[in-house]
Amino acid sequence: MSRGGVRDVALAVAWRGVHNYFTNPAIIIPGLLFPLFFFTAFAGGLSRVDSIPGFEFGSNYTAFVYGFVLLQASAFGGVFTGFSIARDFEAGFSRRLMLAAPRRAGIVVGYWLTGVARAVFTILVVTTVALVTGMSVGGGGIDLVGLYVLALLVNAAATLFGSGVAMRLRTMQAGPAMQIPVFLFLFLAPVWLPYELLTGWVHAAAGFNPATRFLETERGFISGDPTHVLLAFALGAGMVAAGVLWARGGLRSAERAA
Amino acid sequence: MTPGLALQVGTLARRSVVRTLRQPAMVVPSLFFPLLLLAVNAGGLQEATKLPGFPADTYLDFVLAVCFVQGGLFAANSAGTNVASDVESGFLNRLSLTPLNRTALLVGQLAGVVALGTIQATTFLVVGLIAGAGIHAGLAGAFVIAALSLLISLGFGSIGAFVALRTGSGEAVQGIFPLMFAALFLSSMALPRDLIETDWFRTVATYNPVSYMLEGIRSLVIVGWDSEALAMGFACAGGIAVVALIGASSALRTQMVRT
Repeated sequence: MSRGGVRDVALAVAWRGVHNYFTNPAIIIPGLLFPLFFFTAFAGGLSRVDSIPGFEFGSNYTAFVYGFVLLQASAFGGVFTGFSIARDFEAGFSRRLMLAAPRRAGIVVGYWLTGVARAVFTILVVTTVALVTGMSVGGGGIDLVGLYVLALLVNAAATLFGSGVAMRLRTMQAGPAMQIPVFLFLFLAPVWLPYELLTGWVHAAAGFNPATRFLETERGFISGDPTHVLLAFALGAGMVAAGVLWARGGLRSAERAA
Repeated sequence: MTPGLALQVGTLARRSVVRTLRQPAMVVPSLFFPLLLLAVNAGGLQEATKLPGFPADTYLDFVLAVCFVQGGLFAANSAGTNVASDVESGFLNRLSLTPLNRTALLVGQLAGVVALGTIQATTFLVVGLIAGAGIHAGLAGAFVIAALSLLISLGFGSIGAFVALRTGSGEAVQGIFPLMFAALFLSSMALPRDLIETDWFRTVATYNPVSYMLEGIRSLVIVGWDSEALAMGFACAGGIAVVALIGASSALRTQMVRT
């Protein structure tokens, strides 16, 4: 079968996913509201914490929180795409899709493209709000390219993870199995304060969590002082590679059940 | 309460409690997410206690109150979803053919929320104490925390029931969840109001009743007996409960007439 088969299936699945996303308020609103809530609550409510001794960051606290919200929007864009896949299985659409698709790998690629579209839209909205509310950006053009490429890598990894779970369990009841690991990934990290100021077990857990490196690198890009760039991109690429294997296994499982 | 009314309330309450507790998808997230946020906040923001004027020695003491209010938000979701499911499945239709008292129906439906609220309050108190939080108001204070927590759950649960009865849609109930989450986030959840630097945020938090519910519970943990904070906390939670119950009762009347 030609590469065109994969592309055609991917584009068809992606078009349907993007169309559903932009025409269904019940899907679009939660994905937008939660990052905005976190941004508003923490950039507004916690801005005083940047005066804690030892808090060092090149830009303002709004930019510090934006780094986290960007990661959250990227990761949850992927999780919500996993929800859509589970919904498609419950509705019986995926079964018909698998019978009709000449190259089933295109289904996963299509869902990944949907995840990218969702994440890009959410990031666009959150970035606009952040800039309007006074986020200061010290990074240049290259830094910003790095920032958003890293965000898309995280989004791809989360989408592949969500796809793998959804295709194995094929029910909306799988929601917590997608949400909770991503929630832990995001919050066992230096969310509100730099890593050096975390205490107790959260400090220990954050030391092993790749999200810590992503956050530090993203914040470095924003402030114009990039750190751990190679490590963060290597971790991101590794997570995407693992995600591809995980999603492929999910697809095989769904094929056996179809 | 007449024996007939008591029987009606008891029957519906038992159904509501069993139905709520039988659904792990309702119970587990309502315990897991507040506790996760507590654990992460306690370690992640401990250094905030170094801010001049911060009222507690540990951030765990300060943030423990958030669990109880967040649990109340889940109660709204739980109550609303169950009531909406009764509307959607035609259960209310069938009940409207019986001589069932409307008050019994509403009270019975909310019994599941109270049961869930009791489990939440007990769990949050026990976990908080094990994690090292101290309750300055002592054992009696712990009971008052549980009482305020139940009132908060009842208030938010009644909002969920009101929306479910007004719209008859589970999706509409899910739709109010982010709004209630916003009410929690735009409050004195993370810092005391006088330490919030951003003017508009401090103003919103000051007008937000959720701030006073948090401060009522928080006062028992970090201060002891603060009558003003407690009065405000109970007044806000009770006020929301009364208004939402009146709204839910009115919506129920309309819903029963429609059927």
